[in-house]
Amino acid sequence: MTMTDTAPGRTVLGTRMLRKEDPALLTGEAKFTADMHVPGALHLAVLRSPYAHATINSVDVSEALKAPGVKAAYTGADLMPLWGGPMPCAWPVTADMKNPAHYPLAVGKAAFAGDGVACVLADSANFAQDALELIKVDYTSHAVVTDLEDALSDRVVIHDELGTNKSYTWDLKIEGEPGQVDAAFAAAAFTTKERFIQQRLIPAAMEPRAVLAMPQPFGGEMTLYSATQIPHILKIFVGILCGIPEHKMRVIAPSVGGGFGSKLNVYAEELLCTALALKHKVPVRWTEERSEAAMSTIHGRAQIQDIELAADADGKLTAIRVRLIGDMGAYLQLVAPGVPLLGAFLYAGVYELPLAYDFSCTSVFTNMTPTDAYRGAGRPEATYAIERSMDALASKMGIDPLELRRRNFIPKQKYPYTAFTGLVYDSGDHDAAASKAAEMVDYAGLRARQAEQNVAGATKRLGVGLSTYFEMCGLAPSRVLASLNYGAGGWEAATVRVLPTNRIQVVTGTAPHGQGHETAWSMIAAEKLGVDPADVDVLHSDTAIAPYGLDTYGSRSLPVGGVAIAIACDGVIDKARKIAAHQMEANEEDLEFSGGTFRVKGSPDKEMPLAGVAWAAFTAHNLPDGMEPNLEHHTHYDPPNFSWPFGTHICVVEVDTETGQVEVLKYVAVDDCGVQVNPMIVDGQVHGGVVQGMAQALYEGAVYDSDGNLKNPTLAEYLVPSAADVPPITLGHTVTPSPTNQLGVKGVGEAGTIGAAPAVINAIVDALSGLGVRDVLMPASPNNVWNAINAAQGGNS
Amino acid sequence: VIPAAFDYVRAGSAEEAIALIGEHGEEAKFLAGGHSLLPLMKLRLAQPSVLVDIGRVSDLSYIRDAGDHVAIGALTRHRDVETSDLLAQHLPLLAHAASHVGDPQVRHRGTIGGSIAHADPASDLPATTLALGATYVAQGPNGTREIAASDFYQGFLTSSLDAEEMLTEIRVPKMQGAGWSFQKFNRRAQDWAIVGVAAWRRNGDSGVALVNMGSTPILATSVSAAIASGASIEDAAAQAVAEAEPQADLNASVEYRTHLAKVLVRRALTEASA
Repeated sequence: MTMTDTAPGRTVLGTRMLRKEDPALLTGEAKFTADMHVPGALHLAVLRSPYAHATINSVDVSEALKAPGVKAAYTGADLMPLWGGPMPCAWPVTADMKNPAHYPLAVGKAAFAGDGVACVLADSANFAQDALELIKVDYTSHAVVTDLEDALSDRVVIHDELGTNKSYTWDLKIEGEPGQVDAAFAAAAFTTKERFIQQRLIPAAMEPRAVLAMPQPFGGEMTLYSATQIPHILKIFVGILCGIPEHKMRVIAPSVGGGFGSKLNVYAEELLCTALALKHKVPVRWTEERSEAAMSTIHGRAQIQDIELAADADGKLTAIRVRLIGDMGAYLQLVAPGVPLLGAFLYAGVYELPLAYDFSCTSVFTNMTPTDAYRGAGRPEATYAIERSMDALASKMGIDPLELRRRNFIPKQKYPYTAFTGLVYDSGDHDAAASKAAEMVDYAGLRARQAEQNVAGATKRLGVGLSTYFEMCGLAPSRVLASLNYGAGGWEAATVRVLPTNRIQVVTGTAPHGQGHETAWSMIAAEKLGVDPADVDVLHSDTAIAPYGLDTYGSRSLPVGGVAIAIACDGVIDKARKIAAHQMEANEEDLEFSGGTFRVKGSPDKEMPLAGVAWAAFTAHNLPDGMEPNLEHHTHYDPPNFSWPFGTHICVVEVDTETGQVEVLKYVAVDDCGVQVNPMIVDGQVHGGVVQGMAQALYEGAVYDSDGNLKNPTLAEYLVPSAADVPPITLGHTVTPSPTNQLGVKGVGEAGTIGAAPAVINAIVDALSGLGVRDVLMPASPNNVWNAINAAQGGNS
Repeated sequence: VIPAAFDYVRAGSAEEAIALIGEHGEEAKFLAGGHSLLPLMKLRLAQPSVLVDIGRVSDLSYIRDAGDHVAIGALTRHRDVETSDLLAQHLPLLAHAASHVGDPQVRHRGTIGGSIAHADPASDLPATTLALGATYVAQGPNGTREIAASDFYQGFLTSSLDAEEMLTEIRVPKMQGAGWSFQKFNRRAQDWAIVGVAAWRRNGDSGVALVNMGSTPILATSVSAAIASGASIEDAAAQAVAEAEPQADLNASVEYRTHLAKVLVRRALTEASA
C-alpha cells in the first residue's frame, strides 16, 4: 500500500478527535427538516388504508374540505395528472423482473395496510390530521398474503396486471466443471441443510422522515428539504416525476437523524409535498409520526433462506447451495430487488470455496410494507446463514466451531484473493482477528467453564457463539454495478478549495446522517494539507453547493467519498507545488511538502507555507505561465474494487432454561476496517452496529396478523433495545490496510450489524445444545427460546 | 402523535378538581402525571373533551406514618415512593416495585394514584398494593370513602371509582418485617411486565399478586391458602394461576405466560421465605 502524503508521521488521522457535529446536536442547535420555520406552509397529512389488500371503490373528500383550516384534499386519482411516471425502482435485476406501477397515492387498489389513498392540505398538522377522519373511503377487502411461500403459490394475486406475485428469480451458479455442485454434495463427508428465517425489521431511525417543499416565487425553482440519505439521487427522481427540470431542482438534507437505509429511497411524501407545493405555489410540509413510520417507511431483511453446505472429511467446504425467497412487500422500492444480490456473493463468508456454488433467489410481493436496504442489506442475512451453518457443521462433525472456521479461513498469504465469484478480496487476516477475539474472551476458559456448568438439570446454561464475517463495502466500482443491472454508478465526487486566507472548503457528494463526515473529512484534508481540522469546513447534502454525488449508504462514504477527498487534496498539493516552485525559483521535484509547508530539499531556509501559496494563487500576480488562478481541485473517483472489512465477534450468553430468558454476559468484537481515520467514530459505529444486530437476534421483528395488520407499530411494542438493555461490548481491532486506496481504509458502517446476529444466536444454540436445541427463531424472545427447548424436549420443559 | 382537540383546566385542590369533573361530565378526565392517559390520547384511543389537570394539587403528594399503615398521597411520584426512607423501613416491597416502573423519566412524572386509578393489569403498583392489602381512599362530591384494593379492580382499565370520584390516598399496612420478593419479567428494562409477581410472607401469612395475568391485577389467594395450610413452596406455586385469566399477546402465549407465572411465584416465595 501507499500512504504517500500521510505516513509516516501522521498527526491527525488515527486520533480520537471529538466530533465537530456534536455541539450543535447536543445543544439542540442543529436544524432538522421539521425545525425549519416557514410561515404560511401548508401541512400534508396522508390517509392510509386500514386494509392490507382492498379495492378502493370510491373516495369522498367533500366533508374533509369543509373542516377547519383545510385548504385542499385529494384522492389518488385526482393527482395522477401530476406524475411524470410511477415511483422508481432503480435496480431491475433481471430483464423480466415484474414491477407493479406504484404511485404516491394508490389508485384502484390498496396493497398494504398503510398504503396512502388520499391526502389533506391544511394550515396546521392538527387540522390536517383531524380532517383525515372525515374522508370516506369505500373499500372491498380481499384475501391477504403475508406468507412468502403462500405468495409464491399465487393463491391470491396482489397485482392483477402482473398475474403473479413473483417479481423475479436471479441465479448465480458457479462451477469449475458442469455438475460440480451436485458432485460435491454426492461426494461430501458431511453435509448440512438448514432453513433460516430473516424476520422483518423496522429501521426505526431516531428522526422519523420529514419533508418540506418550497417553491421559489419566481423562476420555477423548487427547494426540497428532506430527511434523506440521498439528496442527489432524490433530486433527479423528484425532478423527473414532478416535472421540474433538474437545474431548477435543489434538494437539501439538513441535519438528519439516522437512516440505516430507510432514508435511501424516493418516497411518496417527498413527491406529494413537491407536486402540491408546485400546484398551490406555497410551501408544503409533512412530518412523519412514529407509528406512521412503522407502516410507511421501508422495512428490512424479510427472507427465507435455505442453505446447504458440503464438506470433506476435514470439514473443508466443497460446495454451497442457497435458495432464497425475498419478501419485497407490496411494491418494489428504490433498490429492494438488489438486496439479495448484495448478499449472494457472501454466502461463503471468509472461507475458501472451490468453484462450486449454486445460488438462486426468488422475490415475491406480499401485502405488507415494502422492504428495501437496511443496515447491511443482504450481507447480514448471508453472514447469518453461513455462520449458523458453520456451527451446524461443526456440531455434526463433533469439532469446535472455531477450529472448523480456522480450517476454512482464506489464508493471509493468499491475499489479494480471487474468490469463486471472481471478486477480488483486497486484504485480510482472519486468523489474527479470530485469535485476538478468542484471547480477549478467554475462549478456552469459557469452554472449560461451560463443561462444568451445563450439566444435566442445570437451569442456567452457558453458551459461546462465534461469527467471522466479511463486509463487502465501498459501493462500488461502477462497472461492477452495471454488471448487476444497477441503475447508477458508484463513484463519488469531491472538491477541495484553499480559500485566500488558507481556510479549507471540502465539498463532498456524501450525505451524512449521523456518521460524522464533517469530522472525518476534515481530518483527511487536515492531514493531507497540514492544516488544523478546525480550519476545514465540509460542505455537503445540498445539491446547489455539492451538485455531484451519489450519497451515503453501503459503507461507501469513507472508501469512496473519503478517498476522493484525499485525491482532491493531492490535486491541490500538485498545483500548490508548482506555484511554490515558481515563487521560490526551485525545481518542483526538489520540493517536499509536510506539515503544511513546502521546503526545498537541502536548503532548510527556503520554504513556503501553504498559506502563502493560497494567497499567491488568489492574487495571481506571479503564477507560472498558463496557470489558472486560485487553489482548487475537483475530482470524481470511481473505486477500482469493493473494500473488504472483516472480523470476528464472540458472544457469551447464559440462558435461563425455565423462562427462556437470555442474558448476554460478554460480547467481544474484533473488527478490521483497515486504517482508522477516527477510532472514536469507529468504536461508535461498531457499538451501534452490534446493538442493531443484537436487536435482530433478541428483540425486534415486525409482526403481522393474518389480515395483514402490523401488530407492533409503536416503540412500546416494537422492541428497540435501550441503553439499559445493552451489555458491555468489548472492542478489539486489527488493522489490515486496504491496498486499493491511498488511505488504506475500508469502511465500517455495517460491520457490527453483520457480525452480531449470528454470534448471539450461535451462543444461544450452543448453550442449549445439551437439551437437543438446534435452532431458535429470531428474535430469540423468552417465549421463542422456551418453545425451542420444549420442542427439543418433546413437549416437556 | 397528534391527539384530538380537547379543553384543559387546572385544579388547585381536590375539591376543585371534583367540582370541575362534575361540571364537565363523562367526557372529562383527570390528568395527573400523564404517563398512562397521554399516550392513549396521542394514538386517539382516548379522546376526552376536557382534561382536569390535578398535577399541581400539591397537598396530595406525601408519604406519612399512620401507625399500623403508611398513607401515601395519590399524587406522590413513583420516584418519591422508590426513595422514601419510611417506605424502605416499613414497606420495602412497595418501594422496590416503584423502582421498576418504566424508566427514570417516567418515575419522575408518573404518580402512584394515577397508576392505580388507571387500573392497568400490566402495571406494577396496582398488583403490589393489592398483594399488600392496601386500602384506597376516594373523594367525591359527597365526601370520602375507603375501597379495599381487592374490591377496586373491576375489569381492564376499569375501577370501582365513580365518574366524579378522585383517588386521593393509598393506605398500605406495614409489612412488619415480612420477607418479600418482586419478580418482574420483561424483555426491556423500561417495559411493562410480561408477568410480574409481588409477594410477601411471614410464616403462614402471605400475600401474592400477579401482574399481567388477566384483565385486572390478580390476587393469588390459592397460593396464600396453600402456604397457610403448610404446603411446600413448590406445591403452593403450582396454584399460581388458579385465579388468573392469562391472555396471549406479542410477548407471550397463554401457555408460556401460565408457565412463567408458576416459575416466578416459586422464585418469589423462595426469596420471600429466605
